[in-house]
Amino acid sequence: MQIFIELIVLLPFLGFLILSFFGKYLGKKAISATAVGSVGLSALFTIILGVKLLNEPDTALFASLWTWFDIAGFNPQIAFYVDSLSVVFVFVITFVGFLIHLYSAEFMVDDDGYARFFAYMNLFVGSMLILVLADNLLLLYLGWEGVGLSSFLLIGFWYKEPENAAAARKAFIVTRVGDTAMAIGLFMLVYHFNTLDIQVLLNNIPGQWEVDNPLATATALLLLGGAVGKSAQLPLQTWLPDAMAGPSPVSALIHAATMVTAGVYLIARMNVLFIQSPVTMTVISIIGATTLLVAGLSALAQYDIKKVLAYSTISQIGYMFLALGVGAWSAAIFHFMIHAFFKALLFLGAGAIIMALHHEHNMFKMGGLRKKLPLTFWTFLIGSASLAALPLITAGFYSKDQILWYVWAGEHGSTWLWLAALTGALITAIYTFRMIFITFYGEQKTVVHQKPGALIKIPLIVLAVLSLLGGFIDLPHNFGNFDLFSRFVTYTLPGIEIEGENLEWILQTISAGVALFGVYLAYLFYLKKIPMYNNISAKLPGLKKFLLLGWNFDGLYNRIFVVPIFTMARINKRDFIDYIYTGIANLGLFFNSVLSKTQTGNVRWYIMGITFGAIALITIMFTL
Amino acid sequence: MILIYLIIILFVGGLLAWLANHFNEMASRLISVTAILVNLILILFIWIKNYSDISLGSEVWLYQYQQPWIERFGINWHFALDGLSLLLLTLTFFLGLLSVLASWSQIKEKVGFFHFNLLWILAGITGVFLAMDLFLFYFFWEIMLIPMYFIIGIWGHEKRIYASFKFFIFTQASGLLMFLAILGLYFFHGAQTGKYTFEYEMLLGTTLPEFWSYILMGGFLIAFLVKLPAVPFHNWLPDAHTEAPTAGSVILAGLLLKTGAYGLLRFVIPLFPEAVVGFAPYGMFLGVLSILYGAKLAFAQTDMKRLVAYSSVSHMGFVLLGVFALNELAYQGVVVQLLAHGISTGALFILVGGIHERLHTRNIEDFGGIWNIVPKMGAMALLFAMASLGLPGLGNFIAEFFILAGSFQASAVLTIFATLGLVAATLYSLRMFQKVFQGKQPSSISMKDLNLREMGMMLLMAVAIIWIGLYPKNIIETASVPLKKILEHPNIERQAEQLGVLNKNLPDDCSQVAVIDRTSKLKEND
Amino acid sequence: MDSISMETGFIIAGILFTLGLTGVMIRRNLIFVLMSIEIMLNAAGLAFVFAGSFWNQADGQVMFIFILAVAAAEVSVGLALIILIFQKFKTLDIDQLSKMKG
Repeated sequence: MQIFIELIVLLPFLGFLILSFFGKYLGKKAISATAVGSVGLSALFTIILGVKLLNEPDTALFASLWTWFDIAGFNPQIAFYVDSLSVVFVFVITFVGFLIHLYSAEFMVDDDGYARFFAYMNLFVGSMLILVLADNLLLLYLGWEGVGLSSFLLIGFWYKEPENAAAARKAFIVTRVGDTAMAIGLFMLVYHFNTLDIQVLLNNIPGQWEVDNPLATATALLLLGGAVGKSAQLPLQTWLPDAMAGPSPVSALIHAATMVTAGVYLIARMNVLFIQSPVTMTVISIIGATTLLVAGLSALAQYDIKKVLAYSTISQIGYMFLALGVGAWSAAIFHFMIHAFFKALLFLGAGAIIMALHHEHNMFKMGGLRKKLPLTFWTFLIGSASLAALPLITAGFYSKDQILWYVWAGEHGSTWLWLAALTGALITAIYTFRMIFITFYGEQKTVVHQKPGALIKIPLIVLAVLSLLGGFIDLPHNFGNFDLFSRFVTYTLPGIEIEGENLEWILQTISAGVALFGVYLAYLFYLKKIPMYNNISAKLPGLKKFLLLGWNFDGLYNRIFVVPIFTMARINKRDFIDYIYTGIANLGLFFNSVLSKTQTGNVRWYIMGITFGAIALITIMFTL
Repeated sequence: MILIYLIIILFVGGLLAWLANHFNEMASRLISVTAILVNLILILFIWIKNYSDISLGSEVWLYQYQQPWIERFGINWHFALDGLSLLLLTLTFFLGLLSVLASWSQIKEKVGFFHFNLLWILAGITGVFLAMDLFLFYFFWEIMLIPMYFIIGIWGHEKRIYASFKFFIFTQASGLLMFLAILGLYFFHGAQTGKYTFEYEMLLGTTLPEFWSYILMGGFLIAFLVKLPAVPFHNWLPDAHTEAPTAGSVILAGLLLKTGAYGLLRFVIPLFPEAVVGFAPYGMFLGVLSILYGAKLAFAQTDMKRLVAYSSVSHMGFVLLGVFALNELAYQGVVVQLLAHGISTGALFILVGGIHERLHTRNIEDFGGIWNIVPKMGAMALLFAMASLGLPGLGNFIAEFFILAGSFQASAVLTIFATLGLVAATLYSLRMFQKVFQGKQPSSISMKDLNLREMGMMLLMAVAIIWIGLYPKNIIETASVPLKKILEHPNIERQAEQLGVLNKNLPDDCSQVAVIDRTSKLKEND
Repeated sequence: MDSISMETGFIIAGILFTLGLTGVMIRRNLIFVLMSIEIMLNAAGLAFVFAGSFWNQADGQVMFIFILAVAAAEVSVGLALIILIFQKFKTLDIDQLSKMKG
C-alpha cells in the first residue's frame, strides 16, 4: 500500500525529468504517452487507495521517504499521509488531470514546445500531489511553492509575448505575498510547538491555545493570508484574470480545478486551528461573501470568454471560503469537487471553441456555434447549467445548495451572508447564460476552421457526465439524506450544528427559483435583446468599464505599491551610501591638493620653512 | 599534519603554475586544477572518514597541528579543524575548482600569474578557516587581500582599477581595526593572567571591563561586517564583483564573504559573550536592513553582474540576522545559507560571465527572449534564479527558513520585516530571469549554448543545491556540535534568567510534543 | 692680552651665522648661496673655537678642523653640481630651478 502512495507522487516527477532531459529526442506520440501515462497511472493507483479508504473511512495511510532534517527536536520528514480528505483531492487532481492531459495531447499538438508543455504539466501535478499529501506543513509549503513555480512557467508558456511574461510574473509575485504571510504563520507554529507535523499540531493546538487566544488568531490569519493568495480571493485576486494568458488546458487544470483550491485544502486541513479562532472564521466567511459578489459582478461585463470563466472561478471559490467560514467543512469540499468537474469542463470547452475559431477569444465575435459545434455546445451547456446550479438535474445544484443551507442554518451562519450568497447565485446564472447565448446563439460572426477531434471530445463528455451525476452522492436531508460524501469525510472534518427549524425545502425552492430567474434574465437581455437592457447599459459606461477591469484593483495596487517601489528603486540606483565613501575619498583628495601647494619646488621657500620651523621648535623647547 | 598539507599544496601549486606559464599556458591551468582537486579529495576523505566522530560529537577538534613560531610574543602555528571549518573548506575547494574551470577560456594573458593569485587566495582562505591563533588568523586574513587586488586590477573589466582600490582600502582599513582589537585582547589577557599569548582557546575566557569588551568587539565586528558585507559597509562589493573576472567574482561572492560570517561565529560570539548579547538587537537590525536595502538596490540595476552582487548583500543580510539571533536553529540556518548561497551565487556569476563572454555586454536592456536560442543556459538560469528567491526543494529555502524561524524566537517584529525580503527577492530574481530570457528578442543576437565543460559545472552545482535542499542531514549533523559549543558562551537563557527576563513560552518539554501520538489516527501503517 | 669673553664670542659667531643664513635666504645666484652656506659653517666653527678656548681644551680647534674638511668636501660636490646645473638649465637663478614642485 505504501508503494502506491509513493508512486502516485513520484510518477509525475519522473515524467517531468524524462521530458526535460530527453524531450527533444522523443516524438510527439512518445511525449504525450509519457505525460498522460504518468498521470493516468497515478489516477489508477488513487482509485485503489480510494477504494481502501472507502471501506475503512476512519483510517489513514502513511508512507515516509526520509527524515528531512533534525534540529533540537524539530524534525519534519518527507512523508505522505492519506486520509479521506486528501484522497478526495488526490482523486480530483489525478483524474481531472488525466483528462486534461489527454485533451492537451491534441490541443497543443501544433506547438513547438510540446515536450516543454507536458514537462511543466507533470511538474505541476507532482507538486500539487505533494501539497495535498504532505504530512507536515513544511513539505506542504514545498508543494505550495512548487505549484507556484509551475503556474509561473505555464502562464508564461508563450514567453515571447511580453504580456504573457508579465502575467506570469504578476501571478508569482501576488501569490508570494500570500506565501510570506503563511511563512510567518509557520514560524509561529515552530516557535510554540516545535513541530510542523499536521496530525501532531491538530492534536495539540486545542490543549495549548484556548478559544480566542490571540496567538491562535494571529497564526490563523497568517495562514489565511497564504490561502487567500493562492486561491485568488480578495484582496489578492488580481492575478487570476491575467493568468488566462496561458493555454486553455493550463487554465482548466491549474486555475480552475486544482492550484486555486490549495487554499481551501489548507484551511480544511488545519480546521482545528481555525476553530480555535472564531474571529478568523468570520473573516473567512466575509472574504468569501465579498469575493463572490465582486467577482460575479465583474464577470457580467467581460467579453473574453476565458475571463468570464476566470472571474467565475474566483467567485465559486468565494463560495467555498464562505462555507469554510461558517463551519460547513464537508460542504466546501463537496463543492470543490463538483466545481472542479464543471469548471474544467467549461475551460476545456472554451479552449475547443477558441481553437475551432482560430484563436478568437472575444465572445461578441462568436455566435451561432450551436449547430456548427454540437458536441461542444451540449457539453458546455451542461457545464454552465451545473455552474448556475439549475435545480435537481445538475451536480452544481446539490453542492451549492448545501452551502446555502448551511450558511442559513448553521450555528455560525447569518442571514446577511445567505442573502449575499443568494444574490451571487442570481448573478452567476445571469453571466453564465449570457456567455451561452452570446457564444452559441445568434448570428455566426466567425467561421469555424477546425472541428475538435476525439482526444478533445472524450474528456468533455466524461466531465459533462460527472457534472450531471456527481451531485447524487450527497443528497440534501429532505431528499432522503443520502450522505455518502459527508460521511466519508466526517472522520477528518468536523460536522456542523444546525440552528433553526428545518426549512430546507423553502430555501431550496428559493435558490432554484433564483437560478431559473437568472437564466430568464439572461435570455431577455442577450437573446431577445429587449430595449430596456440597451437603455440601461448605454447610460452606464463608467460602471461597465469599472466591472470590466475587475473593480480596478490593478489600478489601486499600481498606485499604492508598484509606482512607489519603482520610483524608490530608480532614484537610489546609484546608492546614496556610496556618497559617504566617495566623500571620504574626496576629502583625502582635497587635502592632497591643499598640501601639495606647499611643494613649490622653490628652494628658498624650503629654507624659510626650515628656519622658521627650527626657531619655533627651539622656542617651544625652551619655554616648556 | 594534513591541515598543513592543505595549505602547502595550494602555495606550492600556485608557484608551479606561475613557473609553468613559461612553457605552456595549458600546463598552468592543469596544475591549478590538480592542486585544488587534490585538496577537495582530501577534505572529502576527511569528512567521510570522521563522520561517526562528528555525529557522536565527543571531541570538538577533529585534527590539530601546533608548532611554536614567535615564542617571545606567544604566537604559534596553530591550526585546528572542526565540523564548521570542514564544511566551509569543502565549499572552498569546490568553488575553487569551479572558478578555475570557469576561467579556462576567459583568461588569456598572464595565465600563470592569474592561477598563482587564485591559488594563493584559496590558501589564504584555507588558513583563515583553520587558524586557531589570532595573529595567524590575521596573517592569513591579509594574505587573502593582495592576490584578489591583483586579480581584480589586472584581469577585470572597465572600472577595474577603481574597484580594486576600493576593495583593498575597505578590507585593509577594517582589518587594521581588527588587528588593534586583537592586540587589545592580547594585552588585557596578559595583564590579567601574566601570560601573553595569541592563542584562541586561552583568550576565550578573558574577562574584560564592560566598556572595553564593547570596543574590542567593535574592532572585530567592523572587519567582519565589512567583509560580510553589511549595509552600510557594503559599498565595495558591487564594484568589486562587477569588475572582477568571473573566477574572481565566484571566489569573492562564494568564499570571501563567508570568511566574514565565519569570523563572526568563531571569534566574535565566543570571545565577547556579554557584549554580543547587548549588541544582538542592533546586529539583527543591521541584518534586516541589509536584506531589504540590498534587495531594493538589486531590483534597480541594469547591469546583470551588479544585480547579482546586490543580491549577495541581501542574502548575507540573512546570515547577519541569524548570527545575532543566538539560537541553534538560526545557526544551522546560517551554516546552510553559507553553503547554499556560495553555490547558487557562484552559479549565477558563472552564467552571467558566460553571457558576457559571448555577447560582450552585461546590460539587461540589450537582451530579451533568448531562451529558445540557449535552452540549457535558460534552464540553469531558471533553477538558480529560483534558488536565489528561496524556492523550497533547493538549499537556500532551508537556510532562510531556519534563520527566520530561529530569529522569530528572538524578535518577531524584525523577522516579519525580514520575511518581506522573500517577496523582494522574487522581484529581482524574476526581473533578471525574465528580462534576459523571456520577452521580445532584439534582432541580432546569436550565441552558442553551454558547452560540455560549462554544462558539467552547472550540473554539479545543480545537484549540490538540490541535495542541500532535500537532504541537508549530513550538513546539519556535521555542524551541530561546533555550533552548540559556540552557543554555550553567550548562553542567552542563563543570562536572561539572571536578569529575570526569560521570554520563551515553550511547553516544558518540547520534544515530547513532537513524539505524541502519530498513531492515534493511524490504523494502517505499511 | 685680555681674552674675549665667551658671550661676546658667541654673539660674534651668532651674528656671522645670521648673516650667512640671511644670505642663503635672500640671494638668488646659486654661487652666492653656496658662499653663504660657507659663512654659516665657519660661524659654527668659530663658536667651537671660542668654546674650546674658554674651557682651555684643544677639542674646539679639533672640531674646527673637522668642519673645515667637511666644508671643503661639500663645496667641491656643490660646485660640481652647479656646473652641471648650468650646463643643463643655462641659468643659476635658484627661482628658475623649481622642477620638483607639486
